[in-house]
Amino acid sequence: MGHLIPSSIAPYVLPVVYAVVIVAVLPLLAGYIVLLERKVMADMQARLGPMRVGPHGLLQPIADAVKLLLKEDIIPANADKLMFWMAPLVSVTMALLAYAALPIGPAFQIADLNVGLLFILGISSLGIYGIVLGGWASNSHYSLLGALRSAAQLVSYETAAGLGLVSALLLAGSLSMKEIVQAQYDQGTWFIFSVPVGFFIYMVGSIAETNRAPFDLPEAESELVAGYMTEYSGFRWSLYFLAEYANMIIVAGIATTLFLGGWLRPFARWHDHFPGTSLEFFDVIPSLVFLAAAAYCFYLAPKQPVQIQKIVMAAFGAACLLLAGAMAAALFASPAVMAGIHGAFWFMAKVVAYLYGFLWFRFTFPRYRFDQLMRLGWRFLIPLALVNVIDVGIAIILRQELGWSPFWAMLLMTLVTLGVAMWLASEGAKPATTLQPADTEI
Amino acid sequence: MILNQILFYFFALLAIGSAILMVTRRNIVHSAVFLISTLLATAGIFLQLQAEFLFVVQIILYVGGIMVLFVFVIMLVNLDVALRQIQFNRQKYVAAVLAVVLTAQVFFALWVVRGDPNLTKSADKMPVRNTEAIGDAIFQHYMLPFEIASVLLLVAMIGAVVMAKRRV
Repeated sequence: MGHLIPSSIAPYVLPVVYAVVIVAVLPLLAGYIVLLERKVMADMQARLGPMRVGPHGLLQPIADAVKLLLKEDIIPANADKLMFWMAPLVSVTMALLAYAALPIGPAFQIADLNVGLLFILGISSLGIYGIVLGGWASNSHYSLLGALRSAAQLVSYETAAGLGLVSALLLAGSLSMKEIVQAQYDQGTWFIFSVPVGFFIYMVGSIAETNRAPFDLPEAESELVAGYMTEYSGFRWSLYFLAEYANMIIVAGIATTLFLGGWLRPFARWHDHFPGTSLEFFDVIPSLVFLAAAAYCFYLAPKQPVQIQKIVMAAFGAACLLLAGAMAAALFASPAVMAGIHGAFWFMAKVVAYLYGFLWFRFTFPRYRFDQLMRLGWRFLIPLALVNVIDVGIAIILRQELGWSPFWAMLLMTLVTLGVAMWLASEGAKPATTLQPADTEI
Repeated sequence: MILNQILFYFFALLAIGSAILMVTRRNIVHSAVFLISTLLATAGIFLQLQAEFLFVVQIILYVGGIMVLFVFVIMLVNLDVALRQIQFNRQKYVAAVLAVVLTAQVFFALWVVRGDPNLTKSADKMPVRNTEAIGDAIFQHYMLPFEIASVLLLVAMIGAVVMAKRRV
């Protein structure tokens, strides 16, 4: 490769390839998350969900994408044309830009910044401009109200989510995404077990930041039609949609890296704690997962009603088989290749698990009222997050200065934090004595 | 090297061009957008100087925080009325004097450090990484000023709350 590419641009080649792959794959991924969402929703509501396009609706995302691209593009007469045109681009650009620092496995990362986490947080928070400007440019009351709600909500919950992340950062001692995962490997535990309260705060905050139910006030259809996207149609609308799902994957990636051990497999350091024993069968799990998926596809293939659907189902099975083969082949490759491929598998598996939690939330909880949303953010989550950061700091001091074992220090301080959480919750349940200015509706 | 220069001139032109557009637009939302673009271009120049932390802080605080609140407030203002009002407070001469003084200051600073070999060096050869160095400086050498500044901000915040509450 060194002969083919001049040395002056050689360091840029691999990152550019990764970037192109991410930009190309992400829309497809977003489409399949939508399908997953519809299927999970259908399952929880005892329905079947999309079944027509492809076997079990497996080709539905492609049909949806084609439909959106072919739809008429409408710009309202009184809209601010330039802003209307720019807003969805801002949303989607910022969502995609944030992937630059996200490590998908130890090998697949565009750039390992030493402020990687802050970069992702900062860039992805810029996506709000797409929503606010789009809502304003539409020149419609529903859109503007949706945009204002979105801005207020983001500013409120970003603080809580950021403080939730700080509790894990105190343990990691670095802002580089790679070093955060490495710290979890070195300490032999995922940070979700050290700071469970921090994980909970981040999870709630991230749902609110991505405007997902039960915090989807900016696009509450019963009150605001579709919020900031009301006037958008066709391709521009789909850009907003893409940005929303890209942001969901980003927050899931942050949570995975900070709290769920990033690309580490479960029990990554088992043989260090228990010499002589080993849980190497965890390395076979990626293959087995894809093998099981392939077997299920082949089992379902003959049961499809139409010939073409049988073929498509079998093709999906063959693709899973291929992936299973690749995972198995990685076991016999060099350790770096193996770590890269299996790391990517575990990372994606954790991201999907986190997103499943998002969907589960959405179909379990009814939507908040706006004043309830603000009260939860400012009166419960932010104070709790502050207390949590202080408690984690105390636990680290107990460990380092007084020589407590990490387990007992963390357990004690987590219990203290939970006690504070219960006190805050009981305070919040009391009826407000005076009219609170913060409760006025937007 | 040439790529570096292209990037620098790109960010510099973007910053200056957006700044000019910001003060000349009549629509206040457009002005806000151009201000955001200026801040982002400045952040890009910080990144080029290997000051990652400043770059990120610029984005999170100014672009992601303060400007969001600006835009938020602008949207609550009735723009149709605002457009018919006087946009500028007619302090042309004061502004001109200030601009000349600021420019002179920049040139004076450049003149003072002329010939210093460190001027053209980037920070990537530093033994301590940027973020850690800033943390050390703030929380060890400048602990007291930092705390005073934060208390000042807290006072301002409480003051704002008290003044807002009085009117309800």
